[in-house]
Amino acid sequence: MKLDSRIPSGPIEQKWDNCKFEMKLVNPANKRKFTVIVVGTGLAGGSAAATMGELGYNVKCFCFQDSPRRAHSIAAQGGINAAKNYQNDGDSIYRLFYDTVKGGDFRAREANVYRLAQISVNIIDQCVAQGVPFAREYGGLLANRSFGGAQVSRTFYARGQTGQQLLLGCYQALERQVNAGRVTMFPRHEMLELIVIDGKARGIVTRNLVTGGIATHLADAVVLATGGYGNVFYLSTNAKGSNATALWRAYRKGALMANPCFTQIHPTCIPVSGDYQSKLTLMSESLRNDGRIWVPKKGRDSRPPGQISEDERDYYLERRYPSFGNLVPRDVASRAAKAVCDEGRGVGKTGLGVYLDFGDAVRRLGRKVVEERYGNLFEMYERITGDDPYSVPMRIFPAIHYTMGGLWVDYRLMSTIPGLFVLGEANFSDHGANRLGASALMQGLADGYFIIPYTIGDYLATAKLDRIDSNHQEVRRAENAVGEQIKRLLSIKGKRTVDSFHRELGRLLWEDCGMARNAKGLRHAMGKIAELQQEYWRDVNVVGDGAELNQSLEKAGRVADFLELAQLMCLDAFERNESCGGHFREEYQTPEGEALRNDDEYCYAAAWEYTGPGQAPALHKEPLSFEHVHLAQRSYK
Amino acid sequence: MKLKLHVWRQKNAASAGRMVRYEAEADEHMSFLEMLDVLNESLITKGEDPVAFDHDCREGICGACGFMINGVAHGPMPGTTVCQLHMRHFKDGDELYLEPWRAAAFPVIKDLIVDRGAFDRIIAAGGYVSASTGSAQDANAILVPKKDADRAMDSAQCIGCGACVAACPNASAALFLSAKVSHLGLLPQGQPERNERAIKMVAAANHELFGGCTNIGECEAVCPKNIRLEFIARRNWDFLKASCTFREEKAAAGAG
Ligand SMILES: Cc1cc2nc3c(=O)[nH]c(=O)nc-3n(C[C@H](O)[C@H](O)[C@H](O)COP(=O)(O)OP(=O)(O)OC[C@H]3O[C@@H](n4cnc5c(N)ncnc54)[C@H](O)[C@@H]3O)c2cc1C
Ligand code: FES
Repeated sequence: MKLDSRIPSGPIEQKWDNCKFEMKLVNPANKRKFTVIVVGTGLAGGSAAATMGELGYNVKCFCFQDSPRRAHSIAAQGGINAAKNYQNDGDSIYRLFYDTVKGGDFRAREANVYRLAQISVNIIDQCVAQGVPFAREYGGLLANRSFGGAQVSRTFYARGQTGQQLLLGCYQALERQVNAGRVTMFPRHEMLELIVIDGKARGIVTRNLVTGGIATHLADAVVLATGGYGNVFYLSTNAKGSNATALWRAYRKGALMANPCFTQIHPTCIPVSGDYQSKLTLMSESLRNDGRIWVPKKGRDSRPPGQISEDERDYYLERRYPSFGNLVPRDVASRAAKAVCDEGRGVGKTGLGVYLDFGDAVRRLGRKVVEERYGNLFEMYERITGDDPYSVPMRIFPAIHYTMGGLWVDYRLMSTIPGLFVLGEANFSDHGANRLGASALMQGLADGYFIIPYTIGDYLATAKLDRIDSNHQEVRRAENAVGEQIKRLLSIKGKRTVDSFHRELGRLLWEDCGMARNAKGLRHAMGKIAELQQEYWRDVNVVGDGAELNQSLEKAGRVADFLELAQLMCLDAFERNESCGGHFREEYQTPEGEALRNDDEYCYAAAWEYTGPGQAPALHKEPLSFEHVHLAQRSYK
Repeated sequence: MKLKLHVWRQKNAASAGRMVRYEAEADEHMSFLEMLDVLNESLITKGEDPVAFDHDCREGICGACGFMINGVAHGPMPGTTVCQLHMRHFKDGDELYLEPWRAAAFPVIKDLIVDRGAFDRIIAAGGYVSASTGSAQDANAILVPKKDADRAMDSAQCIGCGACVAACPNASAALFLSAKVSHLGLLPQGQPERNERAIKMVAAANHELFGGCTNIGECEAVCPKNIRLEFIARRNWDFLKASCTFREEKAAAGAG
């Protein structure tokens, strides 16, 4: 298979314009004759469904929550980037592009990233027009802050609830289309299979999570915007329901999965407190603007932080990276925290934690300013830990947060299955091996508001789709496969709960395919996960039946897919014999312990093809070329 | 700590429900939902049906979670969703009654899960600014005084969990609705549709069988996002003004 990324011709500044001009349009009166399925109502799916509804397409939109407003995007805290240069601090489209390519450690496609930076400015305009209450200066203009990995203030925010406000804007636009009859919304529905006919994506099979009913939905194109797969680690900052099922079932139908081992570990999360822990809570990265990170200079220092004097503290990020200090990118900050904890200098009961201290900020800015900037985050921290961050430094530790990998898509966001488009965190396209803060919201909205509405038109205008009906044998086969899997899961009646398998899988991955990886560990994990998978299908206990609301069954299907995905992640990490961004292979590091890329051999996106159950997947490589941002060792010193 | 739980168990919308007693174990650092996770794991191991409850983010922002704990929506801590409620606020031997939101407009689906689809339909009726993608001007061309932006944000924080309805003796959706009417009504972008929005959203809420507001204030007391009662006054004002000045719309665009 040859991967064609369909990057348009011309200088990078004009590629997107050229592409838009070259694409065929669908006559306005014909749009309603096309049905488009959108799975997901986060920033990517919600904005896509709303905009395609506005354009006149007949849209069917699905989410597993009880309302589209609850998609995981709602939880994003810190902000959204845009190259507006409102602060006059030297920002530009080119600089945002440059920062993103470099931040991604040169493993993203330049043309995509440039387009993202271009569109970023339109996103802010659109959101403001919808009434998103971004933070303002006294004169009424928009306020900005800076975020990790950048030296300009280009992040727009709405207190610590930016994702919530952006998603509500997008949800309201979506509901407007529901009201107009152009979008039909299917909440509490889970997509369990993709229907592919004559090589093209033509529909999905869903389970109604209230009644258990299995149904097929046919369409002219299918858009997946189902979010990331961080929950493969069990403990992550993702919402509990976030899962990889839609991606995985599409992968098994022929869509390629790219760079699955590129996962992001966020440096500022609340540490684990016990075995019952169900998820990890992120403390927004924006805290690193004013908080200072430190550990005691000497190991196993159990004194309370207040008794450790200034000269006994090691502000290790400021020491190692004087020019970026506490604002180094996430992968760098996370690994540095791991390093000090490995040296035995971690804090808290478990020794797996570092301090994030606001003492200086409160002295410098006053409590009121700190409260205005971070009040809700401090409250959340106190609710969870019982400690007051105004007086005691926060304790933080890295946690799985985001997945840069995802289904492979070309420049037009189409996967290797024609008619299957993938948006948002679910695709692999823009962040390379590491995502910069406040760039996921930007990408989700760029994909949904401003890219797919154009590119899907070209597909529909040129695809020549046959009429199909629900009796087509592929439709029946897909529906039966879903029913069979459910029956099989319910009939095992083993001894272990779904969660106990999921936790074990998470531990294996965190140990061997987490913040640091090596060939031996990865080989170990692959073996162990394969065993765990066998045990799963022999000994899992899913109670209840299929024709009702059954949360154990929902989880069981997702964990079955996570078990397979985890093996592909380890294989991908094993095959990539270099360190880049969030993928840190211990064998490949500089003498100072920084990630050491191998551009001669690994300057590509690894796209994996499913070849059948139990078979080794096939690797396809999309070579990456860097014409504008020259390949260089990242330095934040 | 050991707890005695009485949990509402109901198989589905069509069957009758009842309270069932369970003994649960908890650690003070657990969240309330983690305590239920542990209970559920033990039920599954015994081959019993786990207690169904809605949840997703577990960070107090998605609005999925919520049930009554001893008659109080989201439990005893003010400004806190049940997913953010921690067991350190309870003590050994406590006896807790867990029930779903009760309101005609929120039918029970199973155990502690209710159908809140009515909230989406209220938003669909008019809870937006009609600004189709691509039609926006430069963001800084619209100036918004900081204090208006801040107040808009105070009301925009609503997470749509439904606690306000559950706490209200009239099962009124007034706080939910007024949060959206105020958020958009406080901003310049929301002005063109301000009157219609109030009328359409109130009509939709009435249609969904939510009760009227008689200013009791239970909603404000349980709201996990501290949405203030004053927003209901704003909504009433918008609604009154809109009702007095209502005009039929003309057909869109001219002929010719
Ligand atoms: C705690 C936290 C804070 C963050 N803060 C920031 C930030 O400040 N700035 C930033 O840029 N990024 C941030 N991120 C990252 C960002 O929020 C996400 O990457 C982004 O919101 C993903 O959006 P999405 O639309 O791709 O997917 P999601 O919002 O995850 O939506 C997925 C949708 O797909 C649906 N779905 C999934 N599977 C199925 C299925 N099988 N069937 C039916 N429906 C399905 C779900 O119901 C949901 O509607 C944060 C992430 C976390 C976890
Ligand atoms: S689970 Fe999201 S608010 Fe409680």
